[in-house]
Amino acid sequence: MLYKLSLKNITKSFKDYAIYFFTLILGVAIFYVFNAIDSQTALINVSKSTHELITLMTNMLSGVSVFVSFVLGFLVIYASRFLMKRRNKEFGVYMTLGMGKWQISRILFLETLIIGIISLIVGLLIGIVLSQGMSILVANMFEADMTRFEFTFSKTSMIKTIIYFGIMYLLVMIFNTFSVGKCKLIDLLESSKKSEKIKMKNPYLCIFVFLIACAFLGYAYYTVAFKPDKMLQDEFMTMIIIGCVSTFFIIWSLSGLILKIVMSMKSIYYKGLNSFTLRQISSKINTTVFSMTIICLMLFLTIVILSSSLSIKNSMTANLKELSPVDITVYKSLNIKGNDRMGKPYTKEQIDDSHIGVKESLNKMNFNTDQLLKNVVDVNVYDADTLKLKDTFSNIIEKVKIEFPNLDWESKEEIIKLSDYNKLAKLYNLDTYSLNDDEYMIIADFEGMKDLRDKVLKNNQNITILGKTYKPKFEECKPGYLYPSSNHINTGVFIVPDGAVTDEMKTLNILSGNYKDENKENVEKIVIGLEDNSYIKNTLLNFSTKISIYEASVGLGAIVTFIGLYLGIIFLMSSAAILALKELSESSDNKERYDMLRKIGTDEKMINRALFRQIAIFFMFPLLLAIIHSIFGIIFCNYILQTFGNQSLLISIIMTTVFLIVIYGGYYLITYFCSKNIIKENR
Amino acid sequence: MENILKIDKLEKYYGNKSNLTKAINNISFNVTKGEFVAIMGASGSGKTTLLNCISTIDKVTAGHILVENEDITMLKGNKLNAFRREKLGFVFQDFNLLDTLTAFENIALALSIQKVNPKEIEKRVSEISKKLNISNILNKYPYQISGGQKQRVACARAIVTNPKLVLADEPTGALDSKSAKMLLESFEYLNDDLKATILMVTHDAFTASYASRVIFIKDGKVFNEIYRGDDNRKAFFDKIIDVVTLLGGDLEDVI
Repeated sequence: MLYKLSLKNITKSFKDYAIYFFTLILGVAIFYVFNAIDSQTALINVSKSTHELITLMTNMLSGVSVFVSFVLGFLVIYASRFLMKRRNKEFGVYMTLGMGKWQISRILFLETLIIGIISLIVGLLIGIVLSQGMSILVANMFEADMTRFEFTFSKTSMIKTIIYFGIMYLLVMIFNTFSVGKCKLIDLLESSKKSEKIKMKNPYLCIFVFLIACAFLGYAYYTVAFKPDKMLQDEFMTMIIIGCVSTFFIIWSLSGLILKIVMSMKSIYYKGLNSFTLRQISSKINTTVFSMTIICLMLFLTIVILSSSLSIKNSMTANLKELSPVDITVYKSLNIKGNDRMGKPYTKEQIDDSHIGVKESLNKMNFNTDQLLKNVVDVNVYDADTLKLKDTFSNIIEKVKIEFPNLDWESKEEIIKLSDYNKLAKLYNLDTYSLNDDEYMIIADFEGMKDLRDKVLKNNQNITILGKTYKPKFEECKPGYLYPSSNHINTGVFIVPDGAVTDEMKTLNILSGNYKDENKENVEKIVIGLEDNSYIKNTLLNFSTKISIYEASVGLGAIVTFIGLYLGIIFLMSSAAILALKELSESSDNKERYDMLRKIGTDEKMINRALFRQIAIFFMFPLLLAIIHSIFGIIFCNYILQTFGNQSLLISIIMTTVFLIVIYGGYYLITYFCSKNIIKENR
Repeated sequence: MENILKIDKLEKYYGNKSNLTKAINNISFNVTKGEFVAIMGASGSGKTTLLNCISTIDKVTAGHILVENEDITMLKGNKLNAFRREKLGFVFQDFNLLDTLTAFENIALALSIQKVNPKEIEKRVSEISKKLNISNILNKYPYQISGGQKQRVACARAIVTNPKLVLADEPTGALDSKSAKMLLESFEYLNDDLKATILMVTHDAFTASYASRVIFIKDGKVFNEIYRGDDNRKAFFDKIIDVVTLLGGDLEDVI
């Protein structure tokens, strides 16, 4: 009997449940797809290092899944609480008929069970279909070839999905049972009669709160977007908290204020159904300030995560072409003593070995540079006791020390001879330079450090090496680097005339060149094979090959993109679903109001337009605030990620917009059509 | 006198062939301009169905309803809405005020959907509310005012658009006797001073006694019809009670 009742309830209130159902199915499908990636990638033909990256990615994704399941769990509980509220009267009727609370709980339990099972099955089916396409996407991201296409099914992912969602549904059941237990019959029966109290907030208080919240938010924006270099770690947290709190208060005050403002503009307020529409929105936002804040913040996160992750991926690929001009670069520290950077003492073998250069070391491992490589350039990097970081900033050091207390002022600067650098630059296709005997220059491409050094150069900072003083040739750093990498990470190298340094000051030997063999993979294999050579343990050789940089970079880009997509889609979906549920669950109540509007003769067109506008404003309100947040959020992210470059920000913002329009806009349209259906005249 | 409403052989059936209910079974009558007509009948006699047909909320099975010589049974879609908007004013038993709007805004809404300009709206709303004695509650929400006040706000909304015909469905049904009396006096005022034509459905003899004519309906047919003429309200009330007794005394709630 109870089972029949539950089943009937579900079919009856399908209109209300539709979007909840839809969201659950989507959630299950996405959860499955992102957890099934590892079985999808088994078919793709990738190198060993890429495969390791994929494993890293699947591990990260499954970590993110835990977080995602929290978000979805919150959504499911919120949604079910919502749907429960709408059915208070129904439960009241059951109870007057003599049904116990325990029985009502059982009805709810059965309903959740039925919905849960159906959504899991349908969601998994959709997920399995979608994940077939995922393998193509993964192959594309890692720039690998698909060897063959085969239908795959991930058992682990399925079990994981079932367990995670099972726990969620179980929590909902427990939650429902509790809330039914707390109900009082009188409240249940009267709940629909209780007319909503409309509290007009004090407009002056609203203006006051609004201005203060704006001021705080402006301060947080300013600090985060324009002074990020001066921000300390814990200050960042403070800014986030300020941002969240002021978002809450801005929504709180605006919901009261907008109505007041429009009300004073009589020609707009008393036009058509405007007064009705505005009141609807305002009462809705008034009662959901808190969830509006959460939605706004989630949208903000979505926009920032999506656009940053996409831009990282895009700019990484772009940087590669510019920053990896040669097939291989090997470098090795020379004349080492004491401890390495991590504070671990060097072994005796390493110290002994550090007196020979890269070329000799390679020869010891039977890697003949003359046979295997062409266009070889072999240069040295020097340092001097008189050229530490603090020396190069001596003009303005007091000021900089306050701004950047964390810089290691005792570290020695890298120096390179002019002729050596020009040799490298020629190979890398960079500009070459010439210097007078008493001049020096700096090359750097890491933005933050470059800006700082530019200031010093403008100040005519002189440097001293071996008792001789040099003055800067240019007023700014020139672009350039010594060894290839996937990003702009050169914090500054000093180029000095050839006679300025002596052999004793050598600290690093760099050897760059291209592979002779037409088939680069052949040489690459030999290079990778060197890793297993017994000699390698006691030397400080560092290899960086074009292919390995490329793979690492593509892999990293793909990981960031996947995690960004995963989180972005889930956040976007959750926030849109909450809005849609709120709107739809009230549409049935609003039906009476719309019926009344019809009775006094409102055009169907007018009603539809009013409904469309009302839902549009309801959806746009948190989005607009989120977009404003995101502008500053993206500026900040750009600062953090500036090593990745930002050439492709526009593309990633366009991609993000497409995602927003498809998912958020899709939910908006579904909501509109569903509510239109609910308020339709039933004749 | 000019006919505002002409009902011609109206029929309304519910159900299907095997189980047919004749809610309205061949009713005809006229309402002339400036009249205050009450329709009386027991529950299930078909009076609310009749009102729903006139207000175009429900569709007729056969027959015609003419408002100012326009056959409204032929209207469709937005023309129906336009007809309701421009020609009719409604007062419902349960007020049907929008709980999210203030009294002022509720009255103004009837005008703003007719695209009256905002200055004019303000003028007309304050005019009508003075006449109905609700000026002091215009800025309150429906939940803040009494039932009688709510119904007078609903009256103001119905009349503010200067409709040809005001339809009232059990307007006193949810009011206590004092509020009911005040409301009915407002109706009298609307009818006498503002020359509004009112068609009211009720099952309450006291309420009906305020009208200038009472039409009795039983089982979907016109049973009787009495005019007030020059009688005072008390005498008319007695006459109504007589007919009610004749009807079978199945009218409860007789005062």
